[in-house]
Amino acid sequence: MHVRHLSLASFRSYDRAELPLVPGVTTLVGENGQGKTNLVEAIGYVATLASHRVATDAPLVKFGADQAIIRCAVVRDTREQLVELEINPGRANRARLGRAAQTRPRDVLGTLRTVLFAPEDLSLVKGDPGTRRRFVDDLLVARQPRWAGVRGDYERIVKQRNALLKSAAPVLRRGNRGASRPRRPDQEPVDEARASALHTLDVWNSHLSQVGSQLLYARLRILRDLGPHLAQAYAQVSDGAGEARVRYESSLHEGAAARIAGGDVPEPAELAELMLESLERLRAQEVERGVGLVGPHRDDIVLTLGELPAKGYASHGESWSFALGLKLAAYRLLRADLDDDPVLILDDVFAELDSGRRERLAAMIGDCEQVIITAAVGEDVPKSLGGQTFWVKDGEVVPG
Amino acid sequence: MYDGAVQDLIDELGRLPGIGPKSAQRMAFHLLAADPVDVTRLVGAIQAVKDKVRFCDVCGNVAEGERCRICLDPRRDAHAICVVEEPKDVVAIERTREFRGLYHVLGGAISPMDGIGPGELRFAELMTRLASDEVTEVIVATDPNLEGEATASYLVRLLSSFEGITVSRLASGLPVGGDLEYADEVTLGRAFEGRRVMSRARPPAPTADPRAAEPAADPSAAEPAADQTAASAREAKTAYAPTGSE
Repeated sequence: MHVRHLSLASFRSYDRAELPLVPGVTTLVGENGQGKTNLVEAIGYVATLASHRVATDAPLVKFGADQAIIRCAVVRDTREQLVELEINPGRANRARLGRAAQTRPRDVLGTLRTVLFAPEDLSLVKGDPGTRRRFVDDLLVARQPRWAGVRGDYERIVKQRNALLKSAAPVLRRGNRGASRPRRPDQEPVDEARASALHTLDVWNSHLSQVGSQLLYARLRILRDLGPHLAQAYAQVSDGAGEARVRYESSLHEGAAARIAGGDVPEPAELAELMLESLERLRAQEVERGVGLVGPHRDDIVLTLGELPAKGYASHGESWSFALGLKLAAYRLLRADLDDDPVLILDDVFAELDSGRRERLAAMIGDCEQVIITAAVGEDVPKSLGGQTFWVKDGEVVPG
Repeated sequence: MYDGAVQDLIDELGRLPGIGPKSAQRMAFHLLAADPVDVTRLVGAIQAVKDKVRFCDVCGNVAEGERCRICLDPRRDAHAICVVEEPKDVVAIERTREFRGLYHVLGGAISPMDGIGPGELRFAELMTRLASDEVTEVIVATDPNLEGEATASYLVRLLSSFEGITVSRLASGLPVGGDLEYADEVTLGRAFEGRRVMSRARPPAPTADPRAAEPAADPSAAEPAADQTAASAREAKTAYAPTGSE
């Protein structure tokens, strides 16, 4: 698929902007702070209904305006669809698909698929586990939108369970310590409260393991599919220096975690049982700390380069290439899966790479249906890529 | 901002559920212009609901005396109790005229985030009823969302000690009179999970696999997996139906 036209109103630094696009490579060149990234951010927003730079919608609207509008014409095969999004901070956003009347914004998801690589993605390698979990979960949703619901449910279960661990902690802890102490008769009512709290905890444990095991299973499956693409993409970018791999570090108990780290993918039902077991084993600790310690929300995805973890050991350039490798792997996975090319967006990538890596990256993306590149210095982008160029200056976009 | 009394009324109305500042303002000015008799009647109705209405001692439904209309009705079947979250749910089920048993209103669902645990709900009252009454069936009709499901599983655990009681849960599925294509994937997934057998296969010889006779057997088990991804998607869909949050 490709974007044929992007049109913005009151979005970020733009009053209005019109960007006609064609299949193949488009390079947006402009000095810092001129609004290159704003254009690709808008395209990314159409695909994911979220910005890759900010968590809320308010900064997307031009200062002084009440709403921003993005219109995007997407061509898949030969069919063109028009997506129109109205971003209303503090109120519900509105969406329109084709000539039809309004639809729910989430019905727009799937019309345009993008894989966006931006400087922020360096945190995939250098940042905390949450960033990596989000990357994998986002990929799950891009593949099958249904996972958005599972993920939402899981997050809510974790919140409810943590609230319970926190609020019931005094009652539950009494039991923890009381186990070693003889019980006095006047403690009877407390025990009843404790039994009830334990009962409730059991209920949330079973929900957590049921939904959590689905999420965990899906993550393990997608990482298994992603692995070969990652190794290949990294080898191509870096010209065969070290092998890039991912290893899932689970919060399940040791035996299970070791199996999973070794690349085993147990069935969801077995994962649910393992998760329940791990919850049982860590119950005392969870109660003591008043926070949940088991589940996909405590897991990490360890990135390794050769024998060493990338975090802490890889150089800046290697980390950069690793993050790029992950995104390119995601691109290839989605491409194979959907039998269609997502739009590849490379925001400010070439400046960070040495000339060898630049040329190799250019060769890798040559066959993509549409690639949109931003660069502060036009010379950073290899000539071999060709395609059309736009100059971005003071919120104006002019063909180069 | 308006002066004194008008703003006070707007503020009070704005605290009601589902009423935003604009609606509150509209209602306040409507009352200001309304006939004094109408206003007095409204005030009277609000006062009366607080004075007269109380909760049934038995089931927790709204009542005007010690017991609610349903608990007092001798024609109701005392063998079955339908457990719901709110009095509103009783009204909803009553509209179906399908259920002739009694109710038990819990007064909410388990939600630690809102500080609601089993202690805040009317579980103890339900246990008392089950211990003394001739109840043989409990129908769990809590909301089909995360908190409602948690409440249901808590209840099922509590009821496991009552051997003579059948416990059932309301089915989730497709809306009647709707189109399949408009159903969201969660509802449709649930409907698949809870599908009913309309005509059973009659094998010539007795089958060895007991699962073949089960109504909700895993459909993916019956067909060879064409490709791994599709198979996993199918497994995931049938094995887990996420609760419809929002």
